[in-house]
Amino acid sequence: MSPAPPVLNITTLTKSVPGGRVLFEGLELNLKAGEFVAIMGESGVGKSTFLNLIAGLDQADAGTIAIDGADLAMLDDDARTDLRRDRIGFVFQAFHILPHLTLGQNVALPLVLQRAPGAEALERAREMMEAVGLSGRAQDYPRQLSGGELQRVAIARALVHRPALLLADEPTGNLDPETATRVLEIFADQVRRSGAAAVLVTHSQVAAAVADRTLTLSRSGLVERHGR
Amino acid sequence: MAAKGANLAARWMILGEWRAHPMRVVTAGVAIAIGVALGLAVHLVNASALSEFSRAVSTVNGDAELQVRASSPTGFDENLYPRLAQLSGVGAASPVIELKAVTERPGEQITVLGLDVLRAAAVTPSLIGRPVVAQGEGAHGPTSEAAFGEDAVFLSEAALEGRALGQRIELTSGGRKASFRIAGVASGIGEGRKIAVLDIAAAQWRLGEIGRLQRIDLKLTEGVDEGRMREAIAAVLPADAQLVTRESEARRSDSLSRAYRVNLDMLALMALLTGGFLVYSAQSLSVARRRPQFALLRVLGVRRRALMSQVLAEGISVGLVGGIAGLALGFGLASGALRLLGGDLGGGYFGDTRPELVFSPAAGAVFLILGLLTAIVGSLAPAREASRAQPAVALKNTGDAVDPRVSPRIWPALVLLSVGGAAAFAPAIGGIPLLGYGSMALLLAGGVAAMPWLARVLLAPIHRLSLGWVAVDLAFKRLWGAPSQAAVALCGIVASTSLMVAMAVMVSSFRGSVDDWLQQLLPADLYMRVEAAGSGGGFDPATQAALAGAPGVARLVFLKTTNLTLAADQPPLAVLVRPMVGPRADGGQPMIGGALTPPPGEVPVWVSEPAAWLYGWRPGQRIVLPIDGAKSFFVAGVWRDYARQHGAVALDDADYTRLTGDGWRTEGSIDLMEGRSASEVTQALRARLPADIASRVTFAEPRTLRAFALRIFDRSFAVTYGLEAISILVGLAGVAATVSAQTLARTKEFGMLRHLGVRRGQIIAMLVTEGALLGAVGVVAGIGLGLIMSQVLIHVVNPQSFHWTMETKLPWGLLSSVAGGLVVAAAGTALLAGRRALSADAVRAVREDW
Repeated sequence: MSPAPPVLNITTLTKSVPGGRVLFEGLELNLKAGEFVAIMGESGVGKSTFLNLIAGLDQADAGTIAIDGADLAMLDDDARTDLRRDRIGFVFQAFHILPHLTLGQNVALPLVLQRAPGAEALERAREMMEAVGLSGRAQDYPRQLSGGELQRVAIARALVHRPALLLADEPTGNLDPETATRVLEIFADQVRRSGAAAVLVTHSQVAAAVADRTLTLSRSGLVERHGR
Repeated sequence: MAAKGANLAARWMILGEWRAHPMRVVTAGVAIAIGVALGLAVHLVNASALSEFSRAVSTVNGDAELQVRASSPTGFDENLYPRLAQLSGVGAASPVIELKAVTERPGEQITVLGLDVLRAAAVTPSLIGRPVVAQGEGAHGPTSEAAFGEDAVFLSEAALEGRALGQRIELTSGGRKASFRIAGVASGIGEGRKIAVLDIAAAQWRLGEIGRLQRIDLKLTEGVDEGRMREAIAAVLPADAQLVTRESEARRSDSLSRAYRVNLDMLALMALLTGGFLVYSAQSLSVARRRPQFALLRVLGVRRRALMSQVLAEGISVGLVGGIAGLALGFGLASGALRLLGGDLGGGYFGDTRPELVFSPAAGAVFLILGLLTAIVGSLAPAREASRAQPAVALKNTGDAVDPRVSPRIWPALVLLSVGGAAAFAPAIGGIPLLGYGSMALLLAGGVAAMPWLARVLLAPIHRLSLGWVAVDLAFKRLWGAPSQAAVALCGIVASTSLMVAMAVMVSSFRGSVDDWLQQLLPADLYMRVEAAGSGGGFDPATQAALAGAPGVARLVFLKTTNLTLAADQPPLAVLVRPMVGPRADGGQPMIGGALTPPPGEVPVWVSEPAAWLYGWRPGQRIVLPIDGAKSFFVAGVWRDYARQHGAVALDDADYTRLTGDGWRTEGSIDLMEGRSASEVTQALRARLPADIASRVTFAEPRTLRAFALRIFDRSFAVTYGLEAISILVGLAGVAATVSAQTLARTKEFGMLRHLGVRRGQIIAMLVTEGALLGAVGVVAGIGLGLIMSQVLIHVVNPQSFHWTMETKLPWGLLSSVAGGLVVAAAGTALLAGRRALSADAVRAVREDW
């Protein structure tokens, strides 16, 4: 029996910013289902750009990124969009919860975009909200929530459609330490329950600690970080 | 099932946006509704009036298949009748006398038809009267000699109102008065038409039309080739008669008011266009505000096309709801306008008819589609912008999507402006300045497209300024640093300002030119006129001599106005008879350019500017007019005329009398002797008027006539003013909505400024400065573009529609108050919206996601 293909396979990835400064070159990363890595690095090293490249929102100068075996470079914009919709979940630092939709609708949105029936999507959203400790809040609007609660909604939205890959960009950057710890626990718990591969970009050692392993991003690529 | 899911997401997004910002949707919807309503109302009123007018014409014409009509009211020789009746293929021919008459009731005018009953029975049976015989005498009709004798008249229902059968009616036409007994009802004549039908011989004899006919109604033999018959009939017609078909009659009705109607339609569409800009402005702002939201959707897997579809769907929904509301509003408006202003909306083309409103589903569908298209076009650019946003950049929400250092492209605007400018030089199509209107639309689009570039140019000098006043400096920097938002606001201001300025300058130029023309046209001290002269006659030569000798009269010049039909499908040409040459000439026709001296032996005519346009007549040319048969006249000059859109010729009175034998006149202009007052001379003249016309002669001083003429001008432009006012209001609402939406979207920015220590008052001052500056830049650009567009209206659209030229006269008062109003509206709205935005807690404001 052959081993399952990696969810994320990055080879010799190179990216520079306008003006010519190279962010990183020759970057390699291989993630299997259920693997959870944290990526740390100094400001401006290109952590968010790295996530954007994985999501197909930015173009690499060289190298390949494959998700579930699909090379992003070979896909057009629509195909990359569909791949994001079906296979990837996102959590942002600034929550990005749509203010005019209810919490239930916000969480159900990825399923609805996958053309799931509305009632089914909302039911699944309610389950996910319960899982992140927000049961009974599906009809509330975002303005009624605190930052920590909003980020839990974002986590529920990121996982509601059972993605193969979860990308999180400083998910606790806008939260106080106590709330951040609670949100990280929920995040790590849900990632593991989902069985998805996950990439968490963060400045915070505390946040990185919830991952299985931590990598440091630098110009020469990703380096395993030990001794945490 | 799959599509259902995708639609659900779009529905959530659209409904959520509308729930969050209902007023923006309502404003855009109302703008579309107003545009659709105005367009539909003007169209319905025009269509109803035309249909009523055609019905009225066919009422007088009966059901004749073909008609031969006289070119002038004096008619043609009756010998034409036997020649036509004997033509092979003519089944029946009915000779008709058609006259305008006045009755013994003051102000009542009536159409008199003289018919040969036996002939008319075969051709136009609906015109024949039904005799009413006393009970017991037997009720079988038109055999009684009394009923069809020379004394009998049959009245239509409208003419019979207030009169009894057997009573007498007095008819005066062309100075001849005769009394008739009401013998019955002409019940086949439609409602509301005042018509008297009598025997043709009685009409000829008693109303002075012996040997003359005004028309011959024809019925062709079954199966005969109508085209061939038209040719055969035309071949035997004299110069003073024309063949009229139902089609040519319809074309004549249509051409009578077509330019006026098309102009009103175009004005109404301008309101719709302004509504389109409002949709554009609302959608652009909405898209700009939601850019991070759209970016999120892209990250979550929504394709570009789906985002574009979502924004377009929002626009379509606004257009649909606005359009349907507009249809209902338009029907109501049309109904009200018909009641208040009549079928010609004050234009004076159809007299005082009050037609019934007829709803046309096809017209409703067209205007609904136009409303939808406007909303779609208004949403297209914002939809493209929404779909093109780079998600990774937009999610950072770093402000305006456009880098202020990058100069916007100007070439698309230049292309539009150039093509628009070129279109202004193109000729009319089918008598309608379609390319002139196209030119205006392109100039408007070009002007709006130039705004991002122009905003850069106009704002560049101020953004470097530092006045040391935080509020003003922040306003300068913001306007410079958010170029796309400034451009969106400016587009709305420029679109509404330029349209309004163009209209205002055109109307002011027209009114000013009419006023100047009236001053030249009315050089005498006093004027007199016989009302309903075309019906009841006027001043005969004896009366003219008596009046000229009245005490206090230094000089009395008599004039006459009649008409000639040159083509069956064109409205008639007016003929003005007055002293044009020699010492008696009163110089009452304001000439354009010089006048030529006619070669010896030739009869001169002076043609009006519209006549020169319509018929291509130029000074020095020889033209043939159906006066005294078909006579050649020398065009000695062109004169300015704003009164008769369908053209006029002026003929020296001596020539007219010599050629026609008609010495009757209908008007007089009087120079007073030194020291005599107008009222004193009026009394003296009244004393010398014959009794039969005394009650119909009115006297007026030039200033009264001028005021009266300008009142008529204002009445006929009442709808134009109304449409213009609505466009201004829609434009102002657009400006207010744009500024308000932009201000409310900046709550987070204001919260941040408050955190930095900027006072609430300083933020308000910053917003007012921004609003005023935006308004001022928009007004400057809008007035510039409006002045260019006004030149197209003045020098292209008006001459091609109405065939007269005018000089540009700027309405400084209106322009400055509208400019001030727009700046105040922009600043005031920014102030109000700013106060509302600042009412939010600063701490909460900075925590908000978007």
